[in-house]
Amino acid sequence: MIEVQNISKQFGDFTAVDDLSFQLARGDVLGFLGPNGAGKSTTMKMLVGFLRPTRGRIMLDDIDVLTNPLAAQRRIGYLPEGAPAWSEMTPRAFLKFIASIRDLSGSIRVKALGRAIELTSLHGVLDQPIDTLSKGYRRRVGLAQAIMHNPDVLIMDEPTDGLDPNQKAHIRAAIKEMAHRTAIIVSTHILEEVDAICTRAMIIDKGRLLTAGTPAQLAARSRYCGAVEVVVASEAATLIATTLTQSLGESILEVELAPQGTQTRLYAIPKTDSKLTGSAFLLAVQAQLAPHATAVASLALHGGRLDDVFAELTLTESARA
Amino acid sequence: MKHLGAIVGREFAAYFATPLGVVFIIVFLLTLNMATFYLGAYFEVGQADLQLFFNFHPWVYLFFLPAISMRLWAEERRNGSIELLLSLPIALVTIIIGKYLAALGFAALALALTFPVWLSVNYLGTPDNGVIVANYIGSLLVAASYLAIGICMSACTRNQIIAFVTSVIVCLLFTLSGAPLILDLLRELVPQVLLETFASFSILTHFRTLVNGVIDGRSLVFFGALIAGFLAATMIIVDAKRGEGA
Repeated sequence: MIEVQNISKQFGDFTAVDDLSFQLARGDVLGFLGPNGAGKSTTMKMLVGFLRPTRGRIMLDDIDVLTNPLAAQRRIGYLPEGAPAWSEMTPRAFLKFIASIRDLSGSIRVKALGRAIELTSLHGVLDQPIDTLSKGYRRRVGLAQAIMHNPDVLIMDEPTDGLDPNQKAHIRAAIKEMAHRTAIIVSTHILEEVDAICTRAMIIDKGRLLTAGTPAQLAARSRYCGAVEVVVASEAATLIATTLTQSLGESILEVELAPQGTQTRLYAIPKTDSKLTGSAFLLAVQAQLAPHATAVASLALHGGRLDDVFAELTLTESARA
Repeated sequence: MKHLGAIVGREFAAYFATPLGVVFIIVFLLTLNMATFYLGAYFEVGQADLQLFFNFHPWVYLFFLPAISMRLWAEERRNGSIELLLSLPIALVTIIIGKYLAALGFAALALALTFPVWLSVNYLGTPDNGVIVANYIGSLLVAASYLAIGICMSACTRNQIIAFVTSVIVCLLFTLSGAPLILDLLRELVPQVLLETFASFSILTHFRTLVNGVIDGRSLVFFGALIAGFLAATMIIVDAKRGEGA
């Protein structure tokens, strides 16, 4: 549905986005990941026709966003970063204004307004000026605005940033509810969000695409992928670590300790050329732990962590620069 | 242009979202009347017309209208709503004309509320009401010119104070260029042709022809061109600044 071809954006000498390409179909929820200033917002602003790329092309089906922005904007819903709105308006007046801009009239208008308000649970605050609302409500007003016309493409810049866990859950539920009939792009620097809602993710830094894939594929690049995570009592941790290193020396690359109060997390990371992989490795580790059974609280095979992949990619990038 | 109504309605309502809009109109009316009755000594002059009253309009507008127009773009930039506005499917020209018409509507409302002066002068004597209508048209055209300058200055910045000050300065330039004080000063220095060209760029010069009850085609063209010019400049500025990401 969306096809982005080699877009770049320069601000003077500064390259905010550097030769980015990707595609998106209905049903996809694409997560833009990256540190602050990575070019996520700039890319989104170009997708919605607010900024013009210095180079490249953005197609929404057969509409060229650059030459025909209005036609594209009719099919896009956009929640800008921080969910800006006209703060003196009430959500009711604001959403009615948006409905007029979206050419919704008659019973369709009533239905669209009702659905947007329903999905974002705004009933209680419809007549309070937007600048008196909490951050969470303001974000929901922004979301209601973005989904009002049932857009084919929904683009949200950090939709859950700064919200409390309940508010986050609420926004995520609303996104999931939209997902099957919409192509969605969300930017975030909260990695758990990617696991929670995205079907695909792209890690971007300094305007360039570093890697892309499903959240599971990305996590699998972590050095912890395939490692065995053991939670043990802290006083026994060193002893157990030594036992594992000695007995499984040819399979284990390293045992990492992460103390957390009375318990310690222990990661037994297998060598990349080890014959013992996956559950075989897990069972081998388990066998070694038998004598220390009373100290072991839990044992599991690790699927890898997005955080590590993210840190590894973006930090080495910064170090190189 | 199909969303023009929605834009005008939203912007116009914004003026009344706080009591500030009403306070503004009251202060505007008080200032205008005080200028006429105290500074202009309306009763002592003893003429049944509104010449005096209208003579003050450009000068009172000079400080009041930039206060109306300063928020039009600066506020959108400051609170980030410009990003929402410019990513909605509305043509930029519609947004600019909508904002402009809302500000003009507000100014026209303030001007219309000076009607008691008109009623009084009819009660006191028998003025030429045709001239007064021409005066009102002239006054509205001056207001329209100042607001066009104001929206353009507002588009240049995210700071409403800067928008206000630059608007007053530019409006002042376009007004003073026809004031006798400046013209007399220049008369000594530059040839007559230059002087007339200079004076012809003055809002004041063209306002005066209208105040005298003459609807002069050249003056209408002048006001039309000034307004269209500044609105076009606004469009160019908003579009160029959007490229910078602001």
